[in-house]
Amino acid sequence: MIRTRNLRRDFAVKGGPPVEAVRGVDLDVGRGELVAFLGPNGAGKSTTLRMLTTLLPPSAGSAEVAGHDVTADPAGVRRRIGYIGQGNSAGHHQRVRDELVTQGRCHGLSTVEARRRTDELVADFDLSSFADRGVGTLSGGQRRRLDVAMGLVHRPELLFLDEPSSGLDPHHRANLWEHIVRQRERDGTTIFMTTHYLDEADTMAERVIVIDHGRVIADDTAPVLKARLAGDRITLTFADPLDAKRAASLSASPPGPAVDGSTVEYRVPDGPARLPALLRELCDAGIDVVTAAVSRPTLDDVFLALTGRSLREESR
Amino acid sequence: MKLVTDTGIVFTRELRPVLREPFSLAIALAQPVVFLGLFGPLVYGSTGESLQWFVPGVLVMLGMFGTSATGANLLFELQTGAHERMLVTPLARPALLLGRALKELFPLLVQAVLIVLLTVPFGFRPSPVGAPVALLILGVFGVGLGALSYALALAVRKQEWMFWVVQQSLLYPLMITAGMMLPLSTAPGWLRAISHANPLTYVVEAERALFAGDLALRPLLTGGAAAALTALIGLTLGIRAMRNSAT
Repeated sequence: MIRTRNLRRDFAVKGGPPVEAVRGVDLDVGRGELVAFLGPNGAGKSTTLRMLTTLLPPSAGSAEVAGHDVTADPAGVRRRIGYIGQGNSAGHHQRVRDELVTQGRCHGLSTVEARRRTDELVADFDLSSFADRGVGTLSGGQRRRLDVAMGLVHRPELLFLDEPSSGLDPHHRANLWEHIVRQRERDGTTIFMTTHYLDEADTMAERVIVIDHGRVIADDTAPVLKARLAGDRITLTFADPLDAKRAASLSASPPGPAVDGSTVEYRVPDGPARLPALLRELCDAGIDVVTAAVSRPTLDDVFLALTGRSLREESR
Repeated sequence: MKLVTDTGIVFTRELRPVLREPFSLAIALAQPVVFLGLFGPLVYGSTGESLQWFVPGVLVMLGMFGTSATGANLLFELQTGAHERMLVTPLARPALLLGRALKELFPLLVQAVLIVLLTVPFGFRPSPVGAPVALLILGVFGVGLGALSYALALAVRKQEWMFWVVQQSLLYPLMITAGMMLPLSTAPGWLRAISHANPLTYVVEAERALFAGDLALRPLLTGGAAAALTALIGLTLGIRAMRNSAT
């Protein structure tokens, strides 16, 4: 569905060398995949997305999206993709139903087809209670649902979602995803999305691609990335700091323990399996453990390990 | 063919909010009506004859206010994301500009006809032959000015406040030097020289001549040419700006 080779984009800067926003990105996304594309602000995420959606011509390299080259045949790409940007797709002074019909017409549906499809989407996305209202009167959640419905008017094979749920409360986020997942199950849509909510990427995406400084630095499923890059965290507390220090210096303990007062933290590949052995070793050494906990890593831990930055700090 | 269909789609989309709120067209008439009712008699005394001179100027003024400001609508859609979403559809790029610019015809002509109808009871006598031609020229000019307004909006989209600065600082000098509200017969030479270089002057002259039923070739041709030139330049610049509007 998406195939890029050495995709690059520079931006001219007045009185300075050009900024290389994207420096040779290779992406391969297959039919039906749901991919989360993550990166800190300024990493090249938006620039890549804008190139894939024909909004920005690449400086070099190639990108084939839904079977068409973004440079040679942008119209071919636009016919096959749906795009839901960060802003609101519907015009402020337009009515909800009118914009859905217009969007259908823009994608080549006849007026009759566009109306029929609009009725379908109004039902599927629960828009009926405000379908005849002005877009300017909608709440944030309603507007976002409309955005997604508009992006799906022409049943695209490939859907780009740019921060689909930013600014929505958890209830509306869940509701939005319910709609997206249902559409995807019905039409087998390939989804390529960016998000600042790592839990969203974690639960929804089958594959996570991380970009930083204009290059792809990780590309795998979330569990593999977590296991490989972050590992589980074992947290032990002891009666006093002295015990903690002794425990950390134990040669049999996992490498790189972090001591903080009477607490010791380990990073291990497989926490639940490692914990019993660790406790046994400590017991043999005569050190009493007060509490023991294993926590699985989050994508934010992966992100931190990869970029040295927490995405959570960036977004808030 | 696709260009025609796509232009129609954009045109319809732009027209819908106007049709849904037709009253907004009447509200926009408040200012020209005030000009007609107060300014006209004040400057030219009795009504009948002054209206004959004044109404065509007010029609052009009306056209200028509406069409030169229309870029602000696009500027707003550039911010919200509505324009971006249109760019990621297969719509022909020129249609995005053409549909918008052509839509300007509708409010412009509806308002012009309303003004004419409103002033006839007070003694305005539009020529039945000249008036339709005058409205046609006004329409072509309005499409051109609307396109220029969109081109301006696209050019200054990264510093939005510039839009109103440029629009306002061009609008009034153009209107005054075109002799739209006040005759330039007593103006000093330099002002008249500027007036001769202002294409709007010829549009205003043609409107006056045509509404009066004067079908002489000169004002018709120069006015028509000024309007056509405005449309040509406006659409060319507008379409070029639209093609580059994503980056």
